[in-house]
Amino acid sequence: MKQFAQLVDELDATSKTNAKVAAVVRYFASVPDEDKLWCIALLTGKRPKRTINTTLMRLWAAELGMVEPWLFETCYHTVGDLAETIAILLPPPTAPEPIGLSQVMMTLIILDKADEDTKKATLVGLWQRTEPDERFVLNKLITGGFRIGVSEKLVVKALGQYLGKDADLLTHRLMGKWEPTKTTFDRLLLDENAADALSRPYPFMLAYPLEQSVDTLGPITDWQAEWKWDGIRCQIIVRQGQLFVWSRGEELLTDKFPEFLGLKDSLPDGTVIDGELLGFQDGKPLPFQVLQTRIMRKNVSAKHQKECPIRILAYDVLEQEGRDLRDQPLKVRRQILESLLDQARVDAVMDLSPVVAFESWEMLSSLRDQSRDYVAEGFMLKRHDSQYETGRKKGSWHKWKVDPYTIDAVMLYAQAGHGRRANLFTDFTFAVWDGDLLVPFAKAYSGLTDKELVEVDAFVKKNTKEKFGPVRSVNPELVFELAFEGINKSTRHKCGVAVRFPRIVRWRRDKLPTQADTLDMLKLLASQTSEPAIADNQLG
Amino acid sequence: MGSTKSPLLLVFDGRGIYCPVGDFYIDPWRKVERAVVTHAHSDHARPGMGHYWVCQDNVPLMQHRLGGKIGITGVPYGQTFFLNGVKLSFHPAGHIPGSAQVRVEYKGEVWVAAGDYKVEADGLTPAFEPVKCHTFITESTFGLPIYRWKPQAMIAEQLNSWWAQNQADGRTTVLAGYSLGKIQRLLQLLDPDIGPIYTHGTVAATNRVMEDNGWKLKATIPVSQVKDKEDLRRGIVLCSPAALGSAWMRKLEPLEAGMASGWNALRGIRRRAGMDKGFILSDHADWPSLLTAIAATEAERVFVTHGSTEILARFLNEQGLEAYPAKTEFEGESMNQKADEETIELDPAEATHTNLGQPNKLGDQLATEDQSQSQTTALV
Repeated sequence: MKQFAQLVDELDATSKTNAKVAAVVRYFASVPDEDKLWCIALLTGKRPKRTINTTLMRLWAAELGMVEPWLFETCYHTVGDLAETIAILLPPPTAPEPIGLSQVMMTLIILDKADEDTKKATLVGLWQRTEPDERFVLNKLITGGFRIGVSEKLVVKALGQYLGKDADLLTHRLMGKWEPTKTTFDRLLLDENAADALSRPYPFMLAYPLEQSVDTLGPITDWQAEWKWDGIRCQIIVRQGQLFVWSRGEELLTDKFPEFLGLKDSLPDGTVIDGELLGFQDGKPLPFQVLQTRIMRKNVSAKHQKECPIRILAYDVLEQEGRDLRDQPLKVRRQILESLLDQARVDAVMDLSPVVAFESWEMLSSLRDQSRDYVAEGFMLKRHDSQYETGRKKGSWHKWKVDPYTIDAVMLYAQAGHGRRANLFTDFTFAVWDGDLLVPFAKAYSGLTDKELVEVDAFVKKNTKEKFGPVRSVNPELVFELAFEGINKSTRHKCGVAVRFPRIVRWRRDKLPTQADTLDMLKLLASQTSEPAIADNQLG
Repeated sequence: MGSTKSPLLLVFDGRGIYCPVGDFYIDPWRKVERAVVTHAHSDHARPGMGHYWVCQDNVPLMQHRLGGKIGITGVPYGQTFFLNGVKLSFHPAGHIPGSAQVRVEYKGEVWVAAGDYKVEADGLTPAFEPVKCHTFITESTFGLPIYRWKPQAMIAEQLNSWWAQNQADGRTTVLAGYSLGKIQRLLQLLDPDIGPIYTHGTVAATNRVMEDNGWKLKATIPVSQVKDKEDLRRGIVLCSPAALGSAWMRKLEPLEAGMASGWNALRGIRRRAGMDKGFILSDHADWPSLLTAIAATEAERVFVTHGSTEILARFLNEQGLEAYPAKTEFEGESMNQKADEETIELDPAEATHTNLGQPNKLGDQLATEDQSQSQTTALV
């Protein structure tokens, strides 16, 4: 645990990729295989399910630290992170003793079925044998929400260096469903093992946003344009008569969408399709929120299936008859995909994502302006000759999104952030005018520079009107331009509209609060989108 | 004793901690005639007071900060003096060199205003000394149980092994801390056998004042005198936080930068500061020491200033003490270390341009500036 805590610290201390890679390599070289395996699992977001809830952790920590609950909560609001609060609030360890990462993880997993007393004794025991830096990591492993600031790509790079193996191959080995308790370091990464491979998806190919002017991309005949849908990117795998639906976040979604079950018969064995999963009704996609509501449900009822019918719009084919097609050019893969869907009887749940015909970049550009009419976010531009590569590669695929909506809003509430932004007021609630009232409509966290954040933080501290726990209401003086991707009427939000992906574009120092936009303006935008209102019963 | 019915010996008004009987202020932040000052940090020692009373050790530091022309009286630790019939004495606060608690006694009632203090002895300044009193005014900068300092010997180990590692990697070590107090304490902890110790100009100036006045500091070399870059990479450069990230610092590349502060106890702050290494070392009392120090005064009533005022006051109330938060201007959510340092690094030249010798004008100014703020904080 000491080494892992040190690794977390080192990863945290630097923003340089090479230094991070070196730290991970050093870690691999210094611990046994079972700890390496757990480290890979944890750094790539594979966390066992939580066995101790945070309410109990707070209670036991307050007790062991001999502080009243109110004081514990005050500390938590100052620190901004529960795991860290407990780690540093507890007195120094009474019986410091080394313990391995894998041992810690196994100890926690076993607690799943244990009674409360056993959980308490175990956790308190772990706290008493670890230093604050180890405790912090330990607590993070329990509470989840561990953002260490390493990408899977970085872990793979370190692993590649450590093992002397090709990174793309290792990325593929780490895809899909594997559990550190059920495999070994050798088996996962070094052995050829068919059983593990059955459900394994391919690493998704991703696109960079188009930053240059579109007409610098060269002849339009080199490019394929598709609508960029706002759903869940996924891979549909049919192998040996079994179906697996993976999200891009490597979540297995098969059980959430019973509608797809028939695909295991209608698609030939050894098929892998890359596509977008969408709520779909009356020939067009539903807004993302409708789909999201359905995903969040643990059990999918017939009601949900009816309220949010789903469909996959297929972009690409990665495997045919068990053959990896990723090194074929897109043009070839597209032909295979079209004939595959032509022959298979999948119409009920799957369709081709159409290729958009265009004769000039200007024409495509004006089509892009209509993206919202198609419930799309813009275009994907892919080179006809592009291979299906691992991760994000420059040059062959671009996402070309439609410009977001923007609106000027007044900051009304502020709350301290977490992690790097702990102790700094960085999470804001924004409002627009409804007559002479300011009505909150969106929260936004990102978009300001560190320097601006410090300035706004100082403003919040000087202009606090009221404190509600960690939230402060502030004098409505600062105006910010917010951008968002979508807007819908909502009965669930007090203001009557819900915006998607709100973020701060810029601080409008030139504007007075009275010059901010109005709720009527938001409502107008919402009514212009052709999507249905989200009602309470849908959001449940 | 300490009956709450008797008028308060010290009150918190819009200008500082005021003694109505003695007509003097402790650590005033607005211009007043008589200022008793606990230590030379700029949030406590402000320019422009009619006359200053400080502990003897603090005189040169005050003059360094506020200019040589200020009217100032130095009194040794433990020695009593009187202002308008009120008995005063200074007692070691252990915060920084020259820092003192102020004991105020009138008609048998004793109050102690501790200013800033730390309990662990640093070897530079006389160690904090609990003073028995009826009413204790404590700071609470780190008044939360999440703040627990490690013994400074352990921090010394961290500092020296970090320096040695940077040296092995061929990088200059840059270590930042408040130039008055923190830096000299860090200097105490550094092992000169590792390599040369250099100073930034601000630090060198403060060190010189201290050395001229009898403090024994380890040998340092102004960084401006370094000829060979190789020497620099073996050494450690001490600077104030304001120098971090400056053009001056970039000339020392390749380097590793660290800073020592109590705020570094919080991960978010360590990360935001954007330096390579954050050492947790403070000249303020941590939570356990605040509680020990308060208990040792045997005070029945406690006023809590500067930091987690309401929290510590509530905690003490729950422990059965009569405790109140008190608002002062040296209160702050001052986690922005750089901003703090900038206020502390007041230009001494500028500080001397005050209205000394023009009491009338000063008085007028006070009358107009402070009308809105002069109400006494309601205490009970």
